[in-house]
Amino acid sequence: MSWLRRMSAIASKETRQLLRDRVTFGLIIGIPAMQIMLFGYAINFDVRDLDAVVLDQARTSLSRQLVGDLAATQVMHIAWQADSGAEFDRIMERGDANIGVVILPDLERRLADGAAAVQIVVDGSQPSLENVAQGLAAMPMLRRPGTPPQAASSVAVRVAYNAEKRTAVQVVPALVGTILNITMVIFTAGAIVRERERGNLELLITTPVSRGQLMTGKLLPYILIGLVQTTLILLLGHTLFRVPIVGSLAELYAGAALFIAATLSLGLFISTITRTQFQAFQVAFMTMLPSILMSGFVFPFDGMPRVAQWIAQLLPLTHFVEIIRGIVLRGAHLWDMPVQLGKLGLFFVVMLTASVLRFHKRLD
Amino acid sequence: MSNAITARGLTRRFGSVVAVDDVDLDVPAQQIYGFLGPNGSGKSTTIRMMCGLLKPSAGRVTVLGHDALAEAETVRLKLGYMTQKFSLWDDLSVRENLDFMCSVYGLTGAERRARVAARTREYDLGEFAGRLAGTLSGGQRQRLALAAATLHEPQLLLLDEPTSAVDPQSRRDFWEKLFELVARGSTILVSTHYMDEAERCHRLAILDRGRVVVEGSPKQLAREIDASVVEVECMDLPAARKALAVEPAVLSIAQLGSRLHVLMKRSLAEPERHVERVLAGRCETAVIERVGATLEDVFVAATAPRDAAGGRDARAA
Repeated sequence: MSWLRRMSAIASKETRQLLRDRVTFGLIIGIPAMQIMLFGYAINFDVRDLDAVVLDQARTSLSRQLVGDLAATQVMHIAWQADSGAEFDRIMERGDANIGVVILPDLERRLADGAAAVQIVVDGSQPSLENVAQGLAAMPMLRRPGTPPQAASSVAVRVAYNAEKRTAVQVVPALVGTILNITMVIFTAGAIVRERERGNLELLITTPVSRGQLMTGKLLPYILIGLVQTTLILLLGHTLFRVPIVGSLAELYAGAALFIAATLSLGLFISTITRTQFQAFQVAFMTMLPSILMSGFVFPFDGMPRVAQWIAQLLPLTHFVEIIRGIVLRGAHLWDMPVQLGKLGLFFVVMLTASVLRFHKRLD
Repeated sequence: MSNAITARGLTRRFGSVVAVDDVDLDVPAQQIYGFLGPNGSGKSTTIRMMCGLLKPSAGRVTVLGHDALAEAETVRLKLGYMTQKFSLWDDLSVRENLDFMCSVYGLTGAERRARVAARTREYDLGEFAGRLAGTLSGGQRQRLALAAATLHEPQLLLLDEPTSAVDPQSRRDFWEKLFELVARGSTILVSTHYMDEAERCHRLAILDRGRVVVEGSPKQLAREIDASVVEVECMDLPAARKALAVEPAVLSIAQLGSRLHVLMKRSLAEPERHVERVLAGRCETAVIERVGATLEDVFVAATAPRDAAGGRDARAA
């Protein structure tokens, strides 16, 4: 009972200080909101008004009609008309147009032969454009009366630079984990060293507060904050980007709480191995990049080298990405993913224990 | 009466630096015990070892009957500590700081409210109760720090230079509070570098370079000073000072208004005659008088660098 009281004294002190720190408090809302907007719009598949360059080498009524049809889709906006192949390439290279349409001189004859007569060139350095081009190519506008049924293949899609493939729905749920991973580790990474830097630690450790009470009390307020951020990201993802939430919200929050606790305990551990807030943030950032790159958020987990997969197993984000994708997209239940939950739980227990053991109520 | 603190052979090294060097101490209960010493003399390090914050390199210290290191948690329940730098939370209000400190000492509910109200009244914190601690003046912060350190009614208070950042009136008021606490049964150990504060302690230890150089009550120390004190009044003080400064028997000279306050080796049989001989021919109208030693004289005599014959340097070598 008195154990809980001391622990909650630490927790409520931490909360008060946090609420009083307006900037940090603003960041709790601001960081996730900004991230989801940035990531969300960047991966938006509802592509519209892509700047396009057209090289019409046929210059017939059919070719002009074809260009008009492409423009009517509103997917592309014909910003440039190239007069030569060289000009076309220059416009693409400069990046003035992300998408190019080349109509070959013998359009009619090729269509009649069922050969590729139109080429759509996409800038592969921009993710997901290839899918757009594929969509355009499949459109029935080129099936004009009198053309053979195989006319769909008359449009060839060429990816100019190699494109990575990912889908929007895979990214937004994983974004919940990624944003939480960034904010949570930072929050607790500063928790102990801040007391040290401000000169409060010497007094704090001379009180009867135990190491366990201090660590748990420091961690607890941020679990709530993490859940608030989860809500915010899901809400924005759902309303702005129409990400469906197929599974149970309650299970989603339970999984998120466990993940938040795991990342907070990592931050806490960082706080016990560093002497200044600056050092703590450096170490925190060091753990973030591998989390983001190797968790399956950016690259498909199965496509990573074996060693990278092993390292990824150590990162809480890897397991949470699987959990949240499962619940949000596939409607899976928590109990369908006991391995991932177990690994998150284990990570939390190990990190919290390590923090408690690493921290001493002494100055030397 | 038993001792509140006992240290035997207490030593602490930081790398090659010996911060506290073989210190023996007996701090009697229900008194104010002073640590007087220049910066870097080992006052804070000694206090921190008493709180269990630093591990002694050698020796041990017993606080309220418990080993300060092995039984640190037991000691901490009975101990109030005021750090040298203000260490309550700047971004919490006065009341929030007191509430928090109560909670960590296990005081809750009505008991907590009563304690906070009592300390707020005793230390005149009422009008600042809602203010953030970071916005208080030096004297107000010090009152808050003492109020926080006494919330759980500790038997022993360790105060590390509590008055270094406050004005003289606040210092006087502060010491009144300390005597009230002692009257109610507390033991107080306070470190300082103010002579007037050291003078008010029941007993004190003068620390220099990690060692206790003298120890006793202020009166006793002044009586048993290892020096003779002579005051000189004459026309040409700078010349007298110059002549005395090169004398090996002179430990230190300080000017007080139109007089020179001269500390001389105690081994000298007739210090006034010696000064008279030195000044002969230089200051014709000199008035030379033997006076009683002040605590400052004790401090200077105890901490002044000495020649090879001096006891301390011989030990240090």
